[in-house]
Amino acid sequence: MDATDTSHPDYYHRVVDCQWACPAHTDVPEYIRLIAQGRFTEAYLVNRASNVFPGILGRVCDRPCEPACRRGRVEEKPVAICRLKRVAADHREDVTARLPKIPKLKNGKRIACIGAGCASLTVANDLLPLGYEVTIFERFGKPGGLMRSNIPAFRLPESVLDEEIGLILGMGVDLRLGTPIESLRTLLAEGHFDAVFIGSGAPKGKELRLPGRDEAAANVHIGISWLESVAFGHSERIGERVLIIGVGNTAMDCCRTSLRLGARQVKVMARKPREFFKASAWELEDAEEENVEILVNRAPKAFVLEQGRLVGMRFECMEYELDARGRIVAERVTGEEFLPADDVILAIGQENAFPWIERDLGIEFDKWDVPVVDPKTFQSTRPGVFFGGDAAFGPKNIIWAVEHGHQAAISIHRHCQGEPVAERPPPGVTLHSRKMGMHEWSYANDYAPIERRLVPHVSLKERFKKLNIEVELGFNAAQAAEEAQRCLNCDMQTVFTAKLCIECDACIDICPVDCLTITDNGAERELRGRLKAPAVNTTQPLYVSSALPQTGRVMVKDEDLCVHCGLCAERCPTAAWDMQKSLVRWPHAADEAEALEARKPKIA
Amino acid sequence: MTFIAKPKVTHPSLPQNALGLTRRAYEGALSTLCAGCGHDSVTAAIVEATWRLSLEPQNLVKLSGIGCSSKTTAYFVSGAHGFNAVHGRMPSIATGANAANRRLTYLGISGDGDTLSIGLGQFCHAIRRNLDMLYLIENNGVYGLTKGQFSASADVGTRAKKGETNVQPPIDPVLLALDLGATFVARGFSGDKRQLVPLIEAGLKHRGFALIDVLSPCVTFNDHEGSTKSYAYTREHYEPTVFADFVPREAPIVVDYAEGDAREVALHDGSRIVLRKIGADYDPTNRAAASAAVQARLSAGEYLTGLIYVDPSDARADFHQVSGTPEEPLNALPFEQLSPGAAALHKVLGRYR
Repeated sequence: MDATDTSHPDYYHRVVDCQWACPAHTDVPEYIRLIAQGRFTEAYLVNRASNVFPGILGRVCDRPCEPACRRGRVEEKPVAICRLKRVAADHREDVTARLPKIPKLKNGKRIACIGAGCASLTVANDLLPLGYEVTIFERFGKPGGLMRSNIPAFRLPESVLDEEIGLILGMGVDLRLGTPIESLRTLLAEGHFDAVFIGSGAPKGKELRLPGRDEAAANVHIGISWLESVAFGHSERIGERVLIIGVGNTAMDCCRTSLRLGARQVKVMARKPREFFKASAWELEDAEEENVEILVNRAPKAFVLEQGRLVGMRFECMEYELDARGRIVAERVTGEEFLPADDVILAIGQENAFPWIERDLGIEFDKWDVPVVDPKTFQSTRPGVFFGGDAAFGPKNIIWAVEHGHQAAISIHRHCQGEPVAERPPPGVTLHSRKMGMHEWSYANDYAPIERRLVPHVSLKERFKKLNIEVELGFNAAQAAEEAQRCLNCDMQTVFTAKLCIECDACIDICPVDCLTITDNGAERELRGRLKAPAVNTTQPLYVSSALPQTGRVMVKDEDLCVHCGLCAERCPTAAWDMQKSLVRWPHAADEAEALEARKPKIA
Repeated sequence: MTFIAKPKVTHPSLPQNALGLTRRAYEGALSTLCAGCGHDSVTAAIVEATWRLSLEPQNLVKLSGIGCSSKTTAYFVSGAHGFNAVHGRMPSIATGANAANRRLTYLGISGDGDTLSIGLGQFCHAIRRNLDMLYLIENNGVYGLTKGQFSASADVGTRAKKGETNVQPPIDPVLLALDLGATFVARGFSGDKRQLVPLIEAGLKHRGFALIDVLSPCVTFNDHEGSTKSYAYTREHYEPTVFADFVPREAPIVVDYAEGDAREVALHDGSRIVLRKIGADYDPTNRAAASAAVQARLSAGEYLTGLIYVDPSDARADFHQVSGTPEEPLNALPFEQLSPGAAALHKVLGRYR
């Protein structure tokens, strides 16, 4: 193999699995370290810099970081990253004084954001400090978008939403509530705005056209619309027996909300076996804890009515044949089943819809009637019109929408400054040694062999008393300090300098997870097989040094299971290994503004 | 010296030996030697060899004297028996332990000072008695624990860290052992585990006295330019002559060496050593030729390494045969047999009247 190019900004970034997996590249190890030190406000600000809504995301993020967490490979369970984020938000002090300053003198550029959800709010958060004037148009009477209308209050309290959204609105957003945009043509024709950002989400729930659907309309609800009417207080009751069709995260919110509105018996109906469920494991867990029954292999066939009133649904019982890789190769109907119900909620997906965008504005739509959006710049085919969040590429989750917002803000800034939007500021990584003395390192590198802490929940008896009792209590400071110890400090990088190595083997002998080997170089596949412990996880890279001075062999490190304990550096007599903290620079609009400013000719 | 505890976590795909143990089960306390010490590599080689042999930790006895090298018994197989003897007196303890229980595996770790200066007499007599043990010297040419004076194995002309040049001729333990009739003589280098690990395996399985002299650089006091026992100098001047592969008794006999390229030597317990010659016509079973070859290379400033000499025959009686030690460990013998009483004593004494 060729020597690894560690100067590429992605190399060390990738070692920090959580940060690499996070769409917004949140510096997870850094904020966990701050939590361990009890510096909750600083931890919150580190979070906020990349993900904008730490209190919200600390409760309801889809947490792509956790399946990626190295601890989950070294042991079984990853660090409770998401719940630690919440700790920072719960225990922090007031941060208003430490937010970016908003210039009094504006730069004369006006931006319209459509929809007051997380994507638009992120755009406002990034552009207001640069002197832009941002107007957000929202059809409902409250800002927050799907975060408010689709996530039940027992998972995300209104106070948390209001506070974090308030931080952004407080920067001086011109918020127009109850103002749906009926025509983009009109908005563009006014010529009032220099750029338009469309963050209107994916507000249309999918319909299930089966016999009896129209006749039973009074008791058949579309999941996200129903959650919305509950959130805004329009729906307060539901029947005793409720069937939820679909088994995604919205279905989980629907079944748990039903239980709080008077339902006694809630069944979630899944067409396929459990391994095909779309819902996140922890959301399934939380629903099942509340005695929601999930029935698999039931395909809806018809709504059943008696005397014009819904009495239940008929399902086909399915059987599937799977191949060795777990994919469905054949399906059979084995029978039929009737299940009684007073109400049915359809939670089988959602899509974006743009009836208010005229199709002759130069904004191209593809064959699925979805706007054509550049995945890097988030610009549509009409310069100056940008999309982000679910409106851009269909339903994802909050953390994706936030990153879309950040990227769109860079594009909007470049567009308004007359720069080409496709040229993006490059990411970077800086490294700083943590060596303080002979045997002193400025980070805690003890491996704590403790298991993942469980977040305490409100008792099953208490939680149903009101709709908005938050079920998860969150870690207290002591529990958080313990859980924080489980973080492996993956940003404390093992940095190797080949020319210093005397090949004494000290690092190889001491490594607790056998991830180092000095050996003759070879092709990657063959090399992976003859390391001290075979490198079987091919999704994780091998580090290969340049030829070592004494024998010409190479140092190979399997990045997969390194616990960043620092023993290699500690035992190295020549400091060929060093522990260096990596700081990933993932540019936002403010960095871009700084770079643009620096390039301008200076007038003395 | 390291203050960070080695995490107990292990690599999930770490291989297991016949006892179902991973390498980690053969580790000991965390080393307190200097970072980069050759001795730590030897320790790692011993961990690897004992793991590969599937030695039951409680059947191993670790013995040592005094010195940096003698500290290392603490750093491997923490489940084994251990004895730290006074300076240079490890062979006496090994002899006594061997006499009391011949079923255990004996591994003595010593240094160039412990063996070639204060312990030279004991070392010679252990060889002479063909004591059933592996005697491993971690040889770095300096007294590291007392800040780097030349030891008895320092080469003529080598320079100390402070600049003095050594003028006294060295004692070479390999030549000495060949001279005194040792039945297994090898030399290795701490920086070459591919060579060292099979040597340790074979040495532990050899019946009688096995010596491995390991060139093990002192990273603090003897790793500079001008030293003849630094990592760099050793790498340039060591010559692997015979590469030995150790094949345990249980392994199937597969000959995959080209004829004339390799030869097998069976050890007493049925395991085998496969010798692959790297140098020209070298015969590791010819004591005189081995001695001559070592001397020839030494005069050219090079160390011959590998399995230098082995005598797998029954020609030399080992310590147990000569002394008539019992097959059963003494602690397992019935009291009447251990202490046959006054009448028996009189009978014995009668023989000398």
